[in-house]
Amino acid sequence: MSLLEIKNLSVTFSGFRAVDNISYSVDKGEILGIVGESGSGKSVSSMSIMGLIDHPGIVTADSLLYEGQDLLTMPEKRRRQLTGADISMIFQDAMTSLNPCFTVGYQIMETLKVHQGGSKSARKVRAIELLDLVGIPAPESRLNVYPHQLSGGMSQRVMIAMALACDPKLLIADEPTTALDVTIQAQIIDLLVDLQKKNNMGLILITHDLALVAEVADRVVVMYAGQIVETGIAEEVFKHPKHPYTQALLASSPESAIGKSRLAALPGVVPGAYDRPVGCLLNPRCPYAIDKCRTEEPGAHESPLGQVKCHTPLTIEGRPAA
Amino acid sequence: MSEVVNINTTEQQPLLKAVDLKKHYQVEQGFRKPSATVKALDGVSFTLDAGKTLAIVGESGCGKSTLGRLLTMIETPTNGEIDFQGQDLLRMDKDTFKVLRQKIQIVFQNPYGSLNPRKKVGQILEEPLEINTKLTKAQRKEKSLAIMAKVGLKTEHYDRYPHMFSGGQRQRIAIARGLMLDPSVVVADEPVSALDVSVQAQVLNLMMDLQDELNLSYVFISHDLSVVEHIANDVIVMYLGRVVEHTTKEELFANPRHPYTQALLSSTPQLNPAHRRKRIKLVGELPSPLDPPKGCAFHARCQFANERCNVEQPTLVTYGKSLIACHAVEEQRI
Repeated sequence: MSLLEIKNLSVTFSGFRAVDNISYSVDKGEILGIVGESGSGKSVSSMSIMGLIDHPGIVTADSLLYEGQDLLTMPEKRRRQLTGADISMIFQDAMTSLNPCFTVGYQIMETLKVHQGGSKSARKVRAIELLDLVGIPAPESRLNVYPHQLSGGMSQRVMIAMALACDPKLLIADEPTTALDVTIQAQIIDLLVDLQKKNNMGLILITHDLALVAEVADRVVVMYAGQIVETGIAEEVFKHPKHPYTQALLASSPESAIGKSRLAALPGVVPGAYDRPVGCLLNPRCPYAIDKCRTEEPGAHESPLGQVKCHTPLTIEGRPAA
Repeated sequence: MSEVVNINTTEQQPLLKAVDLKKHYQVEQGFRKPSATVKALDGVSFTLDAGKTLAIVGESGCGKSTLGRLLTMIETPTNGEIDFQGQDLLRMDKDTFKVLRQKIQIVFQNPYGSLNPRKKVGQILEEPLEINTKLTKAQRKEKSLAIMAKVGLKTEHYDRYPHMFSGGQRQRIAIARGLMLDPSVVVADEPVSALDVSVQAQVLNLMMDLQDELNLSYVFISHDLSVVEHIANDVIVMYLGRVVEHTTKEELFANPRHPYTQALLSSTPQLNPAHRRKRIKLVGELPSPLDPPKGCAFHARCQFANERCNVEQPTLVTYGKSLIACHAVEEQRI
């Protein structure tokens, strides 16, 4: 049984499907990378797992199973017990996600108080232990500082400490390092991966940085305009992308153009709420689009290693099959 | 005034030359405490030739944006000189200055913040012409439509507001605005870091096309080494307001010498496993510029640091094509 199994999840905002029928699963001890450009629905889908979609957003799914229990049908009280404890999340911008009015120690201990109770002194000991775990020097003295006194990297470490407070089994990290410098990013990613291995957590790493996912993820989900276009083993997807969008994304990264005078840019932009094309959502930008792509939405081609949502999946040579 | 613009330049003279640029800020520490000095930029020198790209690389707080603001004269340096076509921009009369500074333009990082939401694209583009030239309204419109075509915007975009555009298109508008006064140098401060990777490629290609077409020089400020590898000719790596390595792009990526450059390169994630370098783990963070460490600013995070690094600040030394400020390189410990 997978740790988390999502079947046909959709999130609708006043008629617009920000997330459109997506399905994926995460196992214990696995790192799943979700990549896509802005507006592809990667954050909205993870927020819906946490139950953080507010009115007027509507979350629908065939099932949203966490350890076999459906998060959507269980009582609200039970769900609140799970989220924040068993399933927890690290948000993108630590500087704004922490409450500026309370000390770091208070915010970590609040999580512990809500989910585990225990005495005040025990919570304090645990908070110090957590700050130490995420590599904050002199943790005792840091309990009483406010978020504005911390640097970006340190705030993100506090966020991680808070997310790990109740030993979650599933950790969702939504662009955990996007606001950080590259040397600090390396530190934070190393920390996350170490902790994931140590606690045998499932980790969903959401990012727009393809190279980062290529380095750490076991499996990868590529999203485009609210849909999953390709899933598979990370190494395989990055080596032999089967979907034209994955191929184009990889080709447009500067690393792929070393020695060439120009980058292979994908023309156009991700469609928004009012300009969604008929048929395959990529068809106006896709170099391989055929007539069928302009009229008929492709289904997902399943293979043992993953799936690809395309009428003409690419072969190992990187071209459509026939 | 037009005589001043046509300066006799010799072949050897660089287009833009910065000598020992410094920018120090006085910061109030609080009531009855003495004010402190932040050395945001502490002695940066370089030359830039026509049609070339100089990349300035470093983490936040290293002074790269301050450098951009000094070059465009948004701020005045505390010390140093900026020579444009052989004339010192900081020591000249007002009229000449006004003409010459038009030749150095800037494109800002965030196209969502750098375009006035209450002005139409046409107004945004024509404002520099209105202020600095005597063109008629019709001529201004003609010129802005011509530049819009160059950056890949359509004629119908002329009467639209910035919110009607995507991030990539907005950055095109910002670039068009930078080109309105026919500059020779464009300072691009993180021009693609707010953009998605597929759009980033479009904008980078546009910038390279414009460079070829108009013989522009770029000062390209970025924290992303993979972008720099694509666009730059020369690279300056900065750390806490000082240059640590200044070399050609080829040399920097093939043979990084300064320990900080090596760490930066090894921390940049790579798609292709074959491109990945052995990770150099840096501990700690950029020190506070209010209280910079003695000696080499990098010594607390450097695996090669010794006694000398703790007390003596390294200066830039020439090694072949490179300038490197490191005791360990000088002592051949690296």
